[in-house]
Formats: sequence, structure tokens, C-alpha cells
Amino acid sequence: MSEDGVTIKRLRDKFPDSIIESHSFRGDDTVIIKKEDIVEVCRFLRDEKGLAYNFMMDLTVVDYLNIREEPRFEVVYHLYSLEHNHRVRIKAPVSESDCSIDSIISLWIGANWFEREAYDMYGIIFKGHPDIRRILLYKEFKGHPLRKDYPVQGRQPLIGPKN
Amino acid sequence: MGIEKILGDNIILTQLNKIVNWARKYSFFLYPFITACCGMEFMSVAGPRYDLDRFGAALPRFSPRQADLMMVVGTISHKQAPILVKVYNQMAEPKWVLSYGVCACSGGFYNNYATVQGIDTLIPVDIYIPGCPPRPEMVLDGLIKLQKKVAEERFSDWPKGASPVAGV
Repeated sequence: MSEDGVTIKRLRDKFPDSIIESHSFRGDDTVIIKKEDIVEVCRFLRDEKGLAYNFMMDLTVVDYLNIREEPRFEVVYHLYSLEHNHRVRIKAPVSESDCSIDSIISLWIGANWFEREAYDMYGIIFKGHPDIRRILLYKEFKGHPLRKDYPVQGRQPLIGPKN
Repeated sequence: MGIEKILGDNIILTQLNKIVNWARKYSFFLYPFITACCGMEFMSVAGPRYDLDRFGAALPRFSPRQADLMMVVGTISHKQAPILVKVYNQMAEPKWVLSYGVCACSGGFYNNYATVQGIDTLIPVDIYIPGCPPRPEMVLDGLIKLQKKVAEERFSDWPKGASPVAGV
């Protein structure tokens, strides 16, 4: 575990109550924050000079079923600063009972399809998303296939046998 | 010998279904139903290096109405399956289906919620070409095998009707 990067220090100064945990490994900064503050934290990371995380590279979800108790899910954001060549990983735990988080489309419009995919595969609702519906699977599909409790042999063909 | 001697060299006698099958097997009009990476290998086999045209199967028709050989090239997902069946039913008979690549044949290594486990669960298949992707030589071999199959068909084999899978 190396010393905290500049991003973590700036975030700890600005949002002391939002940060649950952080670590830095060989220059890769990871910050775990409360999900209520995701939009404000991301706005700070994007707009603050010296950070300028202007590129949202990836948005995904992890399901920790049977690995830990609540909160079951973790929404993961990967941000990149083209200006400074910095990267940061933001994680926001989301519980199964309140399976939602605020959308970050207002900051990066490219998050639109990422959030739809995360909804499609994990069933996380992104509040404020203009069009939250399935993107890869068909609307007749029931459940969310990348959740760990989706049956491995679960088949829902539109046509033909269930093989 | 017999009547051919009387008629001379200008006339060849044959059976109607043999000459029709001969014409059919050397003039396949492809419908390339390409969904995945096997499409790259299809381009290779259709291009000048391996050259499907040598076997009379050169011209892809992008309307199923004008095609008689459907090449299903790549992974078919459950979302794609109704489209595949619909396109198959739109093709005029006689028609043949060539399953190109292991994903189309059996689902390949995609045994999951998204993938059809072989297109023969949806439409009748004449030739299976496994491989990930198949070598162009395998495709040409499959095409030659299909030509042999077509040469032995009878008029009474057609029409075969719509896909047995209902719902489209």
C-alpha cells in the first residue's frame, strides 16, 4: 500500500463525511463513497482544476452476494483525466433493499448507455436517467442475468426450445 | 448407341432433375446472415484468395427473396433468433442453410442466458461447418458437400415449408 495520491487527499479535504474508505496501490487510487454524494463528488472531480477528470471511462457493478452482507452491490466508476493522465476509481455501495443511485448523465452524457447496461445486467435503478430500460436484452426478459442469484441454466428464449 | 447416335453430337440427353440440380448446385445465391467474428473469415473465403466464385457461389444477395443459400455466420443470440427465423421463412424455395462456425452449429463456448444453442433448434440446417472460426478450406469443403447433396435431390423434396418453430 503506497501513499495516498493527490486525488484522495483532495477528496478527503473536500468531502470528509462522504468517504467510507480509500486506498492507493501503485498509483491506482480507489475511493469508496456514500452513494448519496456520487453526483457531487463526480462534479468536483470533473470541474476542479488540478484534477480535471474529464473522461468517464467505465461504469460497472459488482454483486457481492454470499461474499459479504449488505450492501450487496457496488457501482464502480472509472474516471480518467486527459489533461493530467490521472485515473481514479470511485465505488459506491448500493443495498439490495434500496437498489438505486443517482444518475451522472448530467456530468457525462456518455454515461447514458453504461447506466442502461448496468440496469439491464444488475437491476440497479439510476435516478434521473431519462430513459432507463434494457439496452442489450429484450424487454420480455425477466430478471437480471449478471446477478449472482440468476440461475446458471436460466434460459428465456423468445422463440424455439429452451435447449 | 441408341438414339444419341441418330441425333449426332449436337444434342445431349439427360434427366430433367439432374440438369436442374446441376444448374442449382453451381449457382448458389448467398444470403450472408453475419452476426459475429466469423464474418471476417467469411470475407476471406469470399475474397479473391480462396474465392467462393470458383464453386459458383460468388454473389451475395442482401434480400432473402433473391437468395437460395443462407449462410448463418456467427453467434445467434436469443434476441436475434426471431429475426433469423423470419429471414429464413422469407426465402423462396428451394433453399439451403449452411451453419458457419461452432457458435451457429451448437452455441460453441457460449452456454449462457444469451445464446441459442445451435441454429438447428430454429431452422433446418443442411451443412454444419464447425471451427472457431473454420478455416476457409473447411468452408469450401462444406460447400462441395452441399453441392453433392443438392445433386442428389429430387423434385419431390420441395417445397419443405416454413420453419417448424412457430411464433413469428
